[in-house]
Amino acid sequence: MRLENISKSFPGVRALSGVSMELKAGDVHALIGENGAGKSTLIKILSGAYIKDSGEIFIDGKKVEIGGPQHALQLGISVIYQELNLVPYLTVAENICLGTEPLRNKLGFIDRTEMLKRAKAPLEFIGVDIDPRALVADLSIAQRQMVEIAKAISHDCSILVMDEPTSSLTESETVKLFRVIETLRNRGVGIIYISHRLEEIFSMADRVTVLRDGELVGTLPISAVDKDKLVTMMVARKLSDYYTRDQVEASEAVLKIENLSDGKRLHGISLTVRRGEVVGLAGLVGSGRTELARCIFGIDAFVEGEVMVSGKPVRIGSPQEAITLGIGYVPEDRKKSGLILKMAVRENLSMARLNTRNGQTAELLSLGSFIRKRAEEALVEKYIEQLSIKTPSHRQNVAKLSGGNQQKIVLAKWLAIEPKILILDEPTRGIDVGAKAEIYALINECTKRGMGILMISSELPEILGMSDRVLVMSGGRIRGELAREEANQEKIMQLAI
Amino acid sequence: MSTNPSLRVTELSTRNVQLTKYVLRSGILVAFIALLIIFAFTAPYFATFENLRNVLRQVSVNTVVAVGMTFVIILAGIDLSVGAIVALIGSLAAGFLQAGYSLWLVLLLMVAIGAASGAINGYFVAYQGVPAFIVTLATMTIYRGLAFLRTGGYAIPIANDAFLGLGRGYLGPIPTPVVVMVVIIIIGHVILTMTKFGRHALAVGGNEEASRLSGVNVEVTKLLIYTMSGVLAGIAGILLAGRLGAGSANSGTGLELDAIAAVVLGGTDLMGGRGTITGTILGAFIIGIISNGLTLLNVEPFYQMVIKGCIILFAVWFNIYGHRKGAIG
Repeated sequence: MRLENISKSFPGVRALSGVSMELKAGDVHALIGENGAGKSTLIKILSGAYIKDSGEIFIDGKKVEIGGPQHALQLGISVIYQELNLVPYLTVAENICLGTEPLRNKLGFIDRTEMLKRAKAPLEFIGVDIDPRALVADLSIAQRQMVEIAKAISHDCSILVMDEPTSSLTESETVKLFRVIETLRNRGVGIIYISHRLEEIFSMADRVTVLRDGELVGTLPISAVDKDKLVTMMVARKLSDYYTRDQVEASEAVLKIENLSDGKRLHGISLTVRRGEVVGLAGLVGSGRTELARCIFGIDAFVEGEVMVSGKPVRIGSPQEAITLGIGYVPEDRKKSGLILKMAVRENLSMARLNTRNGQTAELLSLGSFIRKRAEEALVEKYIEQLSIKTPSHRQNVAKLSGGNQQKIVLAKWLAIEPKILILDEPTRGIDVGAKAEIYALINECTKRGMGILMISSELPEILGMSDRVLVMSGGRIRGELAREEANQEKIMQLAI
Repeated sequence: MSTNPSLRVTELSTRNVQLTKYVLRSGILVAFIALLIIFAFTAPYFATFENLRNVLRQVSVNTVVAVGMTFVIILAGIDLSVGAIVALIGSLAAGFLQAGYSLWLVLLLMVAIGAASGAINGYFVAYQGVPAFIVTLATMTIYRGLAFLRTGGYAIPIANDAFLGLGRGYLGPIPTPVVVMVVIIIIGHVILTMTKFGRHALAVGGNEEASRLSGVNVEVTKLLIYTMSGVLAGIAGILLAGRLGAGSANSGTGLELDAIAAVVLGGTDLMGGRGTITGTILGAFIIGIISNGLTLLNVEPFYQMVIKGCIILFAVWFNIYGHRKGAIG
């Protein structure tokens, strides 16, 4: 298979521009890059989930246009996503034959014996011992992955894409998976293998392609690179000028966390955020950064540890309590948890402020239960102007605004409670460069007003450009702290991987 | 994204335009006026004061229930138990009156029992995460069963004139249940559009997660809305028992469906997050007018059912079609 000059844009972002790569039969081809480098977009184009804007795809020398997921399967492309796509309450055999069930007759009755036989063959081929009659819901993650692979083989796939297959496997399960991949390789299947774990790539890949910011950095045989070289390829780039951090003299701690564990994903986290400070929280997806933010904001509970706000120990049991303490949280997915898309700018913007205890902030938005429309409108207009949110009016439905303006509304929602602590989770994801610059300016402004900011970001230049200190998380622990002066992309990646 | 004219109107963006936009887009106002005109010309006596007053009296029970249902559906929920609560409250009220309890005590008790019935629904939906459809399907059977247990299957006659007056009487020229209905409509509209609680209802229905993260107490909001639906069903039960002059376990059968139809006809989004009381009123009135007009036209009741169903289906279809074109998915 050969990809040439593949490009794909989403409103406001260019996800892939002119990416080319070649996959040979029987090759394990690693695809790496930072979060947001364009790996997922590329494999979604291969799987037919997205349609490319431009570029050409050749399979066995023939040019193809992948029209959709069904078509991709017919072309022999199977993708195994991180979040596995099996139907939990069907059996293994039913899952493997889903959509291609063998029929006993024209009435549509399923031939169960044939189905079991068809399911058994690929399972035996990859050498795993799973009963095709078992319910998928009863299987472990590793076993489910094997079922996905078997399903791909049963579709006669010649190209198998695996997205972070080992992220939830134990060591011994990983070894087993590698053996299966070895078998597939020997059978001539071309495998695209996406992983953040560089050790794995060195132990099994033949070649490696690095993407960065939607562009191809290069494809090299694995023998020609070492870990340091790969990290440099993934992150090396100039810091853009728009990261201008006006540092503020940091004073007393507004948020202090000691030894926090949630019993699942977070282990012994301690950190401090001071007034006027931006603390960057770096790490790979799944390293526990969002989980930590959710614990601090009272969405999820933690079992151990202490949280102190402005020096006083507090128990935060719900977002309401967090808001009352002056904590704001801009979540990572603005459409899923930041905005109410069916509502207008006004209702979204005043939402958190309306739920503060009366008297906590200067003007009251409500008298008893009644919303004071004029006070609300004044507040909303003030923030629309302050953040230069581009909207026809405050009655505009937020769904119709651009990503940058939507993100500004989420920010404004929290600024309106005049917080002491602001947690930003991926504050500039999926918005254009201009809006990013405006949000950075806003972060500077906030710290000047004395807020302490904890900023989670997967974009290293953003972390480096805006943070006064950088904490790096991995596996639910804080692996290290870097001062602004000493932090660089290589050091962060070394700690994060 | 769309050139839908009603959307361009939104950009003018004043409160009234926003409201009418809803109504216009669902085509409900057009349907309402069209029905009025058609029946005025075809059905004898339709356009008389007595008849229209009669229609208002007939729709009052459904409208009161539908106001509560609007809030429930805004939450993306459903309340199938309201018809059964109407029957239960009617039966209990008749029983208590027969046993000689005073009018005010009975009324107070009935509202409290309505609230409790609704709160039970709300508890399971909000705090136990049981789907609203299942919870209220179950309580629908339970509440109606309790009504049958109370009455033994017979209607309990009501002799209290003041109570009967609530269903049959007049305040000046206006029937008492219509006055009650208007008061409840106004309260419902004010709560939905002017209070934090109404805002929370729309927010939770629109995006539960985002609401929670903004400090909305999602569970309490849900509990209160189901409780409110129960209270309104209780009030409707009192009005209906007063009009019928008896408490019967069979009363209010299918009322939940009429209320849902009124809400959906009124343009409230079954997926939650959007809705108006004004739309619901129009929806309830349309259902009432159809029944009344067809009766005056001497259409057999069985045909009436078929026609009513068709009109609801087409109106809602039109509504969904409008939403799809309206760019907000």
